[in-house]
Amino acid sequence: MPEDDVLVEFKDLHTYFHLAEGIVRAVDGVDLTINRRQTIGIVGESGCGKSMTAYSLLRIVPSPGRIERGEILYYKPPREGASHNITDVINITKLKANSKEMRDIRGNQISMVFQEPMTAMSPVRTIGKQITEVIELHQQVDKKEARLKAIEILARVKLPKPERTIDDYPFQLSGGMRQRAIIAMALACRPSLLIADEPTTALDVTTEAQILELMRSLQEDFGMAIMYITHNLGVIAEMAEEVAVMYLGKVVEQTDVKSIFFSPLHPYTHALLASIPQLRDAVTKVDKARRLQVISGMVPDPYTRLKGCAFHPRCPQAIPGTCDQVEPVAIQVTPSHLVRCHLYSPAP
Amino acid sequence: MPDPVAQEEPLLEVKNLKKYFPIRRGFFKRIVGYVRAVDDVSLYVKEGETLGLVGESGCGKTTTGRCVLRAFLPTSGEIWFRDPHLGKVDVSKLDEKGLTQVHLSMRMIFQDPYASLNPRMTLLEIVGAPLRAMKLAHGKELEDRVAEMLGLVGLRPEYMRRYPHAFSGGQRQRIGLARALAPYPKFIVCDEPVSALDVSVQAQILNLLRDLQGQMGLTYLFVAHDLSVVAHISDRVAVMYVGKIVEMATTSELFASPKHPYTEALMLAIPLPDPNPREKRILLTGEVANPADPPKGCYFHPRCMYVKDICKVEEPVFEEISEGHFVKCHFSKELSLGGAVRISR
Repeated sequence: MPEDDVLVEFKDLHTYFHLAEGIVRAVDGVDLTINRRQTIGIVGESGCGKSMTAYSLLRIVPSPGRIERGEILYYKPPREGASHNITDVINITKLKANSKEMRDIRGNQISMVFQEPMTAMSPVRTIGKQITEVIELHQQVDKKEARLKAIEILARVKLPKPERTIDDYPFQLSGGMRQRAIIAMALACRPSLLIADEPTTALDVTTEAQILELMRSLQEDFGMAIMYITHNLGVIAEMAEEVAVMYLGKVVEQTDVKSIFFSPLHPYTHALLASIPQLRDAVTKVDKARRLQVISGMVPDPYTRLKGCAFHPRCPQAIPGTCDQVEPVAIQVTPSHLVRCHLYSPAP
Repeated sequence: MPDPVAQEEPLLEVKNLKKYFPIRRGFFKRIVGYVRAVDDVSLYVKEGETLGLVGESGCGKTTTGRCVLRAFLPTSGEIWFRDPHLGKVDVSKLDEKGLTQVHLSMRMIFQDPYASLNPRMTLLEIVGAPLRAMKLAHGKELEDRVAEMLGLVGLRPEYMRRYPHAFSGGQRQRIGLARALAPYPKFIVCDEPVSALDVSVQAQILNLLRDLQGQMGLTYLFVAHDLSVVAHISDRVAVMYVGKIVEMATTSELFASPKHPYTEALMLAIPLPDPNPREKRILLTGEVANPADPPKGCYFHPRCMYVKDICKVEEPVFEEISEGHFVKCHFSKELSLGGAVRISR
């Protein structure tokens, strides 16, 4: 892949929470590359650090969490009409969270759609006010123009009667419509990266299908990259081109979507895929007592730090003496397939 | 409609169940209308089987589950249950004493494992509560029984002195299950028992429910919105839309050849963990009808892609079109709909 296609690069990112009970290593050495115009799915169970990775990128990690070490490089694309073609590289971890540069990125060049459509918007202000605020903040336009832009973007997310809905309060809309309004708000400044943190988890399946379809078509029109965070492997299969699987603060496997589903390498990815009930089996079910494969044990509590590979106590293929001692490094099995597992390390 | 189960009497049979919630407005709290949460639902569950009840939020699936246990008093309808002690009873008409008795054999597990356990009670008190309330066991005997139940659900008996806060979501769901199992019930209403859990934990709980069903001869009414989960655990599935069951059939038949357009749309909407593009895709437009002000005719007609004139005026009947396959659609025999999966791959 050509170098100039990279949009965001996480390098050995550590985001820790220092609590009275101990240190929670929410993000514990994430390496991840997001390319332009690409949809990357981040998948993992609760507590694996997928949301915190995104929060670190936007510098909105809630206190007492902080970025401990590592880098997040943002390759700022030249704005349309710029004379030069050189991309600025911004190290986001070096910026102050409330600095002017960071505020210029957050909500403008990188924006986010949150999980809860019921709480992501202010209940006391109209949708229009909340969207025009973003536009006025980041673009040199007056109130009237901002309102027109807001109506235009609401129409783009297929909100019915945008000229009227713009003056509605969030509670007047259904969950699906509210999520559309939130997507409109996120896209108002045409970001180069949209972070979607479980945007359809709280929605019903038929509404979810509508929102997924909408996001796909908006990506075609706007050409932004999407970082899609979810625990639902079905949604990953529908949306993502590239997939990163996270476990306990690390990316354990990263490759294209077909390889994740058809030739996964990491034992955790295997286990995750085996534990979801498959509809196909329900129809062709032969044995009534068919059981789901389960991952033995539980995700360890966040304060303990395991020696070696974090997955080794639950891994069926753990190598004694290696996996419980040495932390695996990311291995490039093929040019587009990264895995963090001793099973694939070249013989010493 | 022919008698659905002439050969074998079901453990639970619900006939024309209705639950309307009044909408009150104004100073005098006048009733201005009703939310028809459950509107004329009939179903049956045979002994030892699992009936899955699916639908989108607000379709009345949870209310149906709760009415069956009389957690809500139904507006009308009959709920016939074959109780091992009382014999065949209509749960909707039982008095308080009868209800307490029947609740030993009809139990419930809940969706939210964080809200359904009292944080001030130890596991011994939580799991032992139904036994103590009915004076079925006390002292050492109670402890033994609680230990047995904890063992059944895969928790260590030593945990019985602990409080719920010490346990994870999956473990809490096991505690709730132990409480339900304590009086050796026949029938359990499972209300979204795995929707709050991560996939790996979800698989553990689903396997556990299955194992216990075999061991203890349990019958489940499994209420959930996740079709893959319902398909996995259920022998038969009923699909609800705005307070009514629109289709009910065996799991394999429902998923391979659905007969109601809503079932088809619901199945084609689920994101499948398979990156290959699907052959058929239907995107429903619009939103679920309001149960306080449902449309005329078939409730699904404003969103249905096969809609004809009759659908807008006349409500279809819930009829058995082939053995054990019930559909509520005017054109169930004519439409050829796509199932969730291609069987040959």
